[in-house]
Order: sequence, then C-alpha cells, then structure tokens
Amino acid sequence: MKVTLRIWRQAKQDAQGRMVSYPLDGVSEDMSFLEMLDLLNEHLTKQNEEPVAFDHDCREGICGACGVVINGIAHGGEHTTTCQLHMRSFADNATIDIEPWQAGPFPVIKDLVVDRTALDRIIQAGGFISANTGSAPDAHAVPAPKRESDKAFDAATCIGCGACVAACPNGSAMLFTSAKITHLAMLPQGQPERYSRVKGMIAQHDEEGFGGCTNIGECSEVCPKGIPMETISQLNRDLISSLFKGTGK
Amino acid sequence: MSETTLDTETYWSLGAEISDTKAAIDLPIDKIWQNRQFTAKLVNPANRRKLTVIIVGTGLAGGAAAATLGEAGYNVLNFCYQDSPRRAHSIAAQGGINAAKNYRNDGDSTYRLFYDTVKGGDYRSRETNVYRLAEVSANIIDQCVTQGVPFAREYGGLLDTRSFGGVQVQRTFYARGQTGQQLLIGAYQALERQVAAGTVKMYTRHEMIEVIVTDGRARGIVTRDMVTGKIEAFTADVVVLATGGYGNVFFLSTNAMGCNVTADWRAHRKGAYFANPCYTQIHPTCIPVHGETQSKLTLMSESLRNDGRIWVPKKAEDCGKDPRKIPEKDRDYYLERIYPSFGNLVPRDIASRQAKNMCDEGRGVGPEVAERDGEGNERKMRRGVYLDFSDAINRLGKKAVESRYGNLFDMYKQITAEDPYELPMRIYPAVHYTMGGLWVDYDLQSSIPGLYVAGEANFSDHGANRLGASALMQGLADGYFVLPNTINDYLAGAPFDKLDKNNPAVAEAVQSATDRVKTLLKVNGSRTVDSFHKELGHIMWEYCGMERSEEGLKLAIGRIRELRKEFWSDVKVTGVNEDFNQTLERAGRVADFLELGELMCVDALHRRESCGGHFRTESQTPEGEALRRDDEYLYVAAWEFASTGGAPVLHKEQLNYKAIELKQRSYK
Repeated sequence: MKVTLRIWRQAKQDAQGRMVSYPLDGVSEDMSFLEMLDLLNEHLTKQNEEPVAFDHDCREGICGACGVVINGIAHGGEHTTTCQLHMRSFADNATIDIEPWQAGPFPVIKDLVVDRTALDRIIQAGGFISANTGSAPDAHAVPAPKRESDKAFDAATCIGCGACVAACPNGSAMLFTSAKITHLAMLPQGQPERYSRVKGMIAQHDEEGFGGCTNIGECSEVCPKGIPMETISQLNRDLISSLFKGTGK
Repeated sequence: MSETTLDTETYWSLGAEISDTKAAIDLPIDKIWQNRQFTAKLVNPANRRKLTVIIVGTGLAGGAAAATLGEAGYNVLNFCYQDSPRRAHSIAAQGGINAAKNYRNDGDSTYRLFYDTVKGGDYRSRETNVYRLAEVSANIIDQCVTQGVPFAREYGGLLDTRSFGGVQVQRTFYARGQTGQQLLIGAYQALERQVAAGTVKMYTRHEMIEVIVTDGRARGIVTRDMVTGKIEAFTADVVVLATGGYGNVFFLSTNAMGCNVTADWRAHRKGAYFANPCYTQIHPTCIPVHGETQSKLTLMSESLRNDGRIWVPKKAEDCGKDPRKIPEKDRDYYLERIYPSFGNLVPRDIASRQAKNMCDEGRGVGPEVAERDGEGNERKMRRGVYLDFSDAINRLGKKAVESRYGNLFDMYKQITAEDPYELPMRIYPAVHYTMGGLWVDYDLQSSIPGLYVAGEANFSDHGANRLGASALMQGLADGYFVLPNTINDYLAGAPFDKLDKNNPAVAEAVQSATDRVKTLLKVNGSRTVDSFHKELGHIMWEYCGMERSEEGLKLAIGRIRELRKEFWSDVKVTGVNEDFNQTLERAGRVADFLELGELMCVDALHRRESCGGHFRTESQTPEGEALRRDDEYLYVAAWEFASTGGAPVLHKEQLNYKAIELKQRSYK
C-alpha cells in the first residue's frame, strides 16, 4: 500500500517546527506503524536527508517509550501503544498526520521526541513505599485481600507513556498520578505513607506545570492500558482525607 | 567423531587457566555465601558518601543495585540510554520469578531450586553462584512484596504460585503476564526514592561508549549525551555494568530495539574477559516474521504448548494451502512423532531446532519471506510451523481455552490479524536471552579490578541454557543482595586518587571515543546501518543459531570479517554528533556487534559439543540427539581480547561439581 505522511519536523527544542509531507510506497499492511517509520527513515537516509527522530524501544507495548499523536489521537485510537498499531488499520492512499505529544511540561527534543522526565519527578515526590533492601518481613506476614490487590495491579499496569497528558485539553497528568496513588493505596504496605504520598505527588504535579483535571475523560480513552477514571476519584478521596490527617507536608 | 582438527592458531590461542578465588569451595555449599558475607571487608557508614559508584543500566540488576547502594549511603551515579529508568527491557518479561519459598508444601527447597537451575543450564554453570542465587531467592519475594509489587494472590490474601518451565514444583510467583513490568517498577520506585534523597544521581539518555582503566583498575566511563552529543568522562571508585544481553546481534530477537553489547564490549576490549559468548537462548513460541521490514519479534508464553499441537504439512506442496483443508493424514505432528513421551512439551532447544529443520526441509508454513542464506544469496522461504488448538477447543470447549490463553490469542490476533480460534497459530523460534556475558568471580567482579557486572550482562548463573522464570530472579538477586554484600570488599580499599580530566587514562578514553564517533560520521558510504545489521543477523542466525557446524562457523567468521570491513568503508551515517542522532547511536552499536559476532562464532567453533541450547552437528548420539562432552568441555570459556579480527585468547575455568552429580539428559 501507499500512504502520504505529514510529520512534525523540529530540529531542536527552541527551533521552529513545521509539518512536512512524505509520500511512502511499498508499505505492507502487516507492518507495524513504527516499522513503517523505519521504512521511511531508510529511504530518507539513502536520499541523504535526516531521518525522523522518534522514541521507541521494546516494540511490544510495555516499556512506554513510544507514543505519537496520529491523526489527532494519541497512539492512534486503537487502545494500544503506537508500536502495537499496524498499517492494516489505515486505508490505501491514506494521509496520516504524525505529531509529538504536545504539553507544556513535555518540551520537544527533536521531531517526535519529547522530554517526559517530569513524570519521573512526580514519582520522586512520593510514588514509592519506603522500604530499604533487606528490611522486609516474610512475604506472607501481611496478607492482602485479593480484590484490592487486583485493583492495585490494574492501576500498576500504567506504562508511563504520557498519552494521558497529550490527550488532555488541560494538559493534566492526573491519570498517571492517580494510577500510582491507587496502586499503592490498595495495598497494606502502602498505608503508612498513603496521605503524605498523595500530597507530595500532587504538589509536584502542579509544580511541573501540568493542568488540573476537569473530568473530561480523554486520558482514559487513549490509555493503552485502560487505566480507568476511577483512579482519579480515588486520588481525590485520598487527597481530601489527607487534609484531615496532618501527615507529611 | 574426529578429535580437534582445527588449526587453533588461526582462530584462537590458549592462555592460562583461571578460577574464582572468592568462594571458599572447601566449605559445604550451604555455608559459602554466609562465609563470604563475613570475610568480605566492610566500609564504615560514615565513609560511604565519600565513595562514588557508577552503575550503567537501570533494569532489574542495575536499578536494584543503584537503589540499594544509595540506601547504604554511597554516592551513586546511574546511567541509562532510555528517557527514563523505568523503560529498561526487564519490563518485558512475562512469565514469573522463581523463589524457593515452599509455600505450596510440595517438596521445594533451596537445594531443589539450585539443582533445577544447574540441570536446566546443562551442567555448565558454577555451582557456588547458583546455590547463592537459590538461597537469596526467598528474600527477593519478601523485598518486592514490601515495596508494593502486586503479585497474584489467592482469596485468602496470600501469594499464588504456579509451575513454570517444566519443573514439578509450584515455585513461580507472578503478576499476570506482566511480572517483569511489576518487578521493574518496584525497583524503579526504590531508585526514584533515592534520587529524591540525593544519594543517586540519574543520567538518562546517556550512552556509555568507553570505560576508563588506569593502574589496573576500572575508574570510570565515557558517555555520550544522546540529546546534545556531548562526550564526557565520569570517574568513580568502582564501576558496575548492568547493561543486559546481546541478543540483538541476531538483528531479529525479542529484545528491545536499543538493547546492545557496547558497554560489555568496550570493557572487553579494555581487558574484561567475555565468557561463553555463544550461549544464547532461543525461544520456540514467537510470532513469525512477516516480511523484510520486520524490526523485532514478539514472544508468546511457552504455556501455549501445554494444549496446542505442533505440526507442518507432510508434503511441501501443501504448505501454501489453508491449513483447515489439509486432512489429518497429510499432517506431520513431528514432535509427537520423534519424541513420543514428551511430545509437544520437549525442552525449548529441541522444539526450536526441529521447527527450523522442518522449514529448512521446505515444509514451513505462512507467507514466503525473502531472506539471505549464509552466502548472501536471496531466497524465499516459509518460516513458521502450526500450533493448533482445534483439538483442545473440541476437547475443552472454546471457553476453557479462552480462560487459559485468551490474552495470548488476543495479542497474536493484534499482530497477525488471524484468529487462532479459527486458524492454527503460526510460530517460529527467536533469540530471547543470552546466557554468556562478561566473566565474573563469585563477587561479580570481572577480570578488571573495580569493574563489576550484574544481571544478564554477566555469564554467571545460567550455564548453557536458562531455566524459565530465573532471569528476573538473577537480576534482582545480583542487584539487591549480591553486589551490596560484595562490592564493599573492594571499596574498603578506596577512596582512590582523584582523577581529573587531564589524567592520561581519562583523556585517552575520551579521545578514542570521540575519534570513533568522528570516523563513523566520516565514512559517508552508500549502505544504511540497518542493512549491515540485518546481514550480520542472517549470518549469525544461520550459522551460530540453534545448530552449528565447523564448516558453517568458519564460513560465518569469514563473512563477518568481510562485512565488518565493508561497514567501515561504506556505512552511511547521516547528521552530526552534536545533535539527537539515532542513526549515529545505532551505528556505534552495530560496529560492536560486528566484533562480538566473530567472537561468538569462535567460541561456538571451539566448543565441539552439543550442550544446553546448542546442537553441534559433530557431536550427536547415534539417534541424532545432543551429545554433551564432559570429558573435554566441562569448563567456562573466558575469552581475552587480542585485537580486532585477531585471535582471542582462551582462558578455561574448570567447573567442579561437588554438590551435584553430572547427568546426561534424555527426552526420548
């Protein structure tokens, strides 16, 4: 099949970017979306042009490195990561727009590559359980009810790709933050720091310049792991409770 | 079987034997680790912050080590090539993690886990290391649960376990099909906690491209900032490499696209021995290649073989047909035919090798895909065998099959657009894990003092084949429990003299790394980096994959040498260094793969035995099964670098089995 790609090209963070059109022939419908970009880059290289920069690594939907906005939808609208999208989802002769995540706290590094280290800093502000190596009691010392444990797991499947931020009209990272809050709040081991954690992480979230949540739901819609909006409700409940707990900052 | 007829001088030379000196092997096996923890020198907590530890890699081994050494109070500098430490490829492991907890009361013990791991490695691993791995396995589960890793649980709130990889006890802890992800996120969170505490400084998008060695000690690394191109030296008292495996030497593998051998290889060139490089694990149940533009392969859990039946058409002319139209009598259920007692559940290496044999015979199924044979000639081949669930669906019902394998069937459909409930799946083996790696002693120290190697990057625990659910175990054992108890023995002699940028060793390392980048950019030839990588991959897969022969390996070595020459005269690397340049990154990695590939072939050539994951055509039983040769090859092959393309030096480390009796395996 044959496609026309319109790709955001931007030389570096402070450079002016623009959409550039590239016709691409010889695309097979079994190719993954990123293999299609590989093919384009092989052609560009041979023509002595700069290949398109894009982040990717595992190509099996779990590392969270890849992610671009395809025809206006983060990850392309099939509830998968960009790497799990295949060209059979596009019509022959289609025009495909490809842009980077757009959000203030995610500055563009080059082309489709953005800086997502703000998400790591949110985790640094409390997205963990303080347990030095070697200090742990036997794994069966504290049973964890299966229902809550399964809920914790569902939230813990977040891959930190940042699609939720890219999809949110407010540029909020609330789904990302709430996934971690919910994961740790559902486990007995997460209780001691539960309320200081939510305060710390929200403070960092705001400091990074992410917007507030107004329950639009675009985040959950594009999330490749289907993290539900309920996690945001959980975050809000814990945040309100924390005001009465007087724990932490 | 003819004895060694090789002209060794051409391909390698023999050096002095080596041995591990850190484990007190005269003690009973269950006392050795305890003894080492006691004899290893300690570092006063007040002195730790004056000591700098460089850790390269943030996967299970690197992330866990960085967090733990940070907690201990050392000044840790942690590097990764990804944009976040959470993306290391440990994240992709599906199945689970073994631990000798015996929560099932089914006869498991430290000794049994030790025994199964040694046997799984086909008696080519070091007993002392493997016993310690089994010993600390239980602590890993405790640590991870306390960190909040959401392992699968029973209704009573206790942990669920399952049996995995053909062992008879249920010792594998898991978090649905995403165990690696959950364990890595646990280590990542512990690491970020230390970043916030200021004990660990994190350098993301930094690739290590050289190691600094002076006065016989590893004292730092040279990195390239992948955003700005800045090439910079970082110095320290000790360096830890936790940089993963090198399966991408085959181009197509289940590894992440960025996995590479550069850190290991740069250290090897500076004096670190590379052990058993030819030991790679090939996994039988991966989704086949769809075409020439394929960039990576996807693994599906081996559990599929519990209910699926593997077959190919008896006649080559049926291979293009709809499989549902091929009658029973024209199907060859070859594993059930050749191995009637184990059938479709034969070990990974046998299932993989037979699948390749069927396709080589021209009885493969699926699309015809162009490939190059070892001579570089293009040919069209079908590379796949059927894994058929129709019997299971008839016997158990679609619902039951869905509850067991639903997520795998969905994944398969997502990638191939074929519905495995209707059509048999197609599978083909793919490179999955590399057991070889830098040689380390019991302390995980390489042959360069001050250079430690952890996780898949070292050779330490899996012998010639890795038991299922033990990669995660080893990564975390090394990072959480082994290194933090052994590295202090070395650091007790620190701090070492401060090295400034003008120190000759530092300046030399920066200069050589810079020159190498400049050379890559200067060639400006006509072939892309990927085209070289793919060609190397074909050679490796064909001649240094599941089945090897003297003739094939010699041919491969010649071909790799030519390809390497062509690479340095005709590769095309676009752009400049002072930029985010992914082509340049890949070029550097492929350049190192082109050297590693040759060493792997030399290692495979010298090992004239069938062992673990590898079948050597010159070493088989009269029935055509693998024949291991303990009389000649009961040793670790540790290779010393001589020169590019020059004959490497072989140092043997004899393996002493005292706690376990050697046995030859049989699956007929």
